[in-house]
Amino acid sequence: MLDTQVVVSPAPHIKDVITTEKAMKMVMLALLPATLFSVIAFGFKALGLIVCSMVFAVATEYTIQKALKKPVTIHDGSAALTGLLLALTVTPELPWWMIAVGAVVSIGLGKHIFGGLGYNMFNPALIGRAFLLASWPVAMTTWSWPSKSLGWAGSQMDAVSGATALNLDKMGMLQSLNLDLPYFNLLIGNISGSLGETSAILLLVGGLYLIITKVIDWRIPVSFIGTVFVLALVFQKDPIYQVLAGGIFLGAFFMATDWVTSPVTKKGRIYFGIGCGVITMLIRLFGGYPEGVCYSILIMNAVTPLLDRMTLPKRFGEVKARA
Amino acid sequence: MRAKTFQGGVHLHYHKEATASKPIVEMPEPKQVILPVQQHIGAPAEVCVQVGDEVKIGDVVAKAKGFVSASVHASIAGKVTAVGPAPHPGGRNIMAVTIENDGSGATAYAAVKGLDALSADELKQMMQDIGLVGMGGAGFPTHVKYFPPEGKKIETVILNGAECEPYLTCDHRLMVEEPEKVILGLQAMMKAAGTDDGYIGIEVNKPDAIEILTKAAASDPRIKVVPLEVKYPQGEEKMLINAITGKVIPSGGLPVDVGIVVNNIATAVTLAEAILEGKPLISRIVTVTGAVKNPQNLRVRLGTSVNELVDYCQGFTGTPGRIVLGGPMTGPAQYRLDLPVTKTTSGVLVQDRGQIKLLESSPCVRCARCVDVCPYNLMPCMLGSAIEAGDLTQAENLGIMDCRECGSCTFVCPACRPIVQTIKYAKSKIAAQKRKNS
Repeated sequence: MLDTQVVVSPAPHIKDVITTEKAMKMVMLALLPATLFSVIAFGFKALGLIVCSMVFAVATEYTIQKALKKPVTIHDGSAALTGLLLALTVTPELPWWMIAVGAVVSIGLGKHIFGGLGYNMFNPALIGRAFLLASWPVAMTTWSWPSKSLGWAGSQMDAVSGATALNLDKMGMLQSLNLDLPYFNLLIGNISGSLGETSAILLLVGGLYLIITKVIDWRIPVSFIGTVFVLALVFQKDPIYQVLAGGIFLGAFFMATDWVTSPVTKKGRIYFGIGCGVITMLIRLFGGYPEGVCYSILIMNAVTPLLDRMTLPKRFGEVKARA
Repeated sequence: MRAKTFQGGVHLHYHKEATASKPIVEMPEPKQVILPVQQHIGAPAEVCVQVGDEVKIGDVVAKAKGFVSASVHASIAGKVTAVGPAPHPGGRNIMAVTIENDGSGATAYAAVKGLDALSADELKQMMQDIGLVGMGGAGFPTHVKYFPPEGKKIETVILNGAECEPYLTCDHRLMVEEPEKVILGLQAMMKAAGTDDGYIGIEVNKPDAIEILTKAAASDPRIKVVPLEVKYPQGEEKMLINAITGKVIPSGGLPVDVGIVVNNIATAVTLAEAILEGKPLISRIVTVTGAVKNPQNLRVRLGTSVNELVDYCQGFTGTPGRIVLGGPMTGPAQYRLDLPVTKTTSGVLVQDRGQIKLLESSPCVRCARCVDVCPYNLMPCMLGSAIEAGDLTQAENLGIMDCRECGSCTFVCPACRPIVQTIKYAKSKIAAQKRKNS
């Protein structure tokens, strides 16, 4: 007879190493290069915004869960990640209290109003960003360039310094001023933009890390970026410029791939990525905003349940019901 | 030759090294065996001895009741000391025959004529007579598979040497040590099925078994040894058939629907021993591994207490935290050790207390890892949510009955949700509803 107590649980008795908590930390790790770069490029105001956003996000989650007498789950890292992602989508010139409001909205209206992690329909960080853009459109679109990054503009420095790379394209300034923004600057992030969206190469490194470790699936980023590229060609835009300038990499690797709000079927993920790409380009080309990544993902989030239902895979050995 | 495989599945840490190279050791006859009448799927066998009866090794102590059932034979010689409910690895007490060993080792069986002299019908009868069941874990009575329903024909027999459950090495050792018996068993099965098409599927993490069996099968061109990719659940019937033949068993169907019968390595060896020595199913190989001092592969008489197996392996290394009969992906955890080894006990896995993390489950985060690994293309996350919401109709629409409970979804779930457990529960509910309605 056993002289000690043993665990009796149903099989399986072994477990993979990736947990929700660990995955959140891996995503944050993947964002670390781009985050550090934002601090280097934009200085300590960037760091302030990031810390402020994360603190308010976590504090909001804690307060709501305490108030609703639910178990506090801030240790799972999802609120901190939402805070980080929100900060990475705003301009370095944003006042700190605005990002704090954004963080509260992200967690409150983006997540807990639906029931918390796993139940939210929309990407919480993007809900926060959309809220900020609607509430303080001027503050949200006051841009600055990293110091010494405007060398390529020569004497036209002042003319372009208040715009993002996408703005310049949208307003036709590059053509009218006869300027050429080097791809290299776009690639490494020597440009204006939201905190974490500027360095395509660092975002790519983080994204590839997540794909290799199977935290995210390749289907969404590939179909998203691919669609933007193809549509740029179709509409005779510079496809490389369209992909590198703006929030495509941050959105495609880190926002659209959010587990909770993207489709669970493989086919659904492809359609989701294509949808994001199409809406992004529609907004960029025909909409009032220079950038469309945020809204494209939010709109596709809303379509996700439908995509899941429409793309249920054929089961192994499934036989069509005989009519 | 490239290793064949199926879509989906998971790569596990196999932990087979502790016992993979250890030869099978014959465990001494136990003083007492407890033989449950239910060691298979189907109707329980009917006890046909009484307390006080003297039995020899191989005597029938419980007779198969009906077609889908299997007889139970005395695994030691001696006196029947009890007939009544006894602890069973399934969790409940089940009718069992207890035999006290008299040490005589007297046998009730004798060698029969060889395979050449046996007809297909005689072979099928033999499967039934020796109480043969699938020894990989399911325990389906073997002979039943060889009586295909009207209009169906067996074209292929596949031996399952994948052994895709981590830790287990009992089939591996049989393939390496007794290749002639594996081949003979397969030949007998092919003869019983009336087919000239035989395969042995083996995962490539057992190169020695592949080599030895390829050599052993060289004289019989009808038998093909197929290397399989190392991936769980490679040994699951539908996946094995798909990997080897490319055929897809229709949902809700059986292997025979595509003209195939699958049997386990140990089942084939047991049949071979019946042909060579007349011996019924009275012993099996059990891999005792994990947190025991001397992990090994033991040849054990059925009905031996798991306690004795652990003792024979010199006990636990530390404090046991969980004891599993079979492999870690599908084997049931036990809370006691005075359980008999049955026809389907492929292993005794001891997990150390320190190894065990009690996981708290959190809401589904829709990561879709379960969707990516499910070999049957099901949506485990959706099934889990539907069942939790009490919507069994939706679960059925999502194909819950196609789930073979391999546990891959639950293994990968980052929210530690008990998906496969929920599915098992719902399947039994749905089956009960169907019985009630019919």
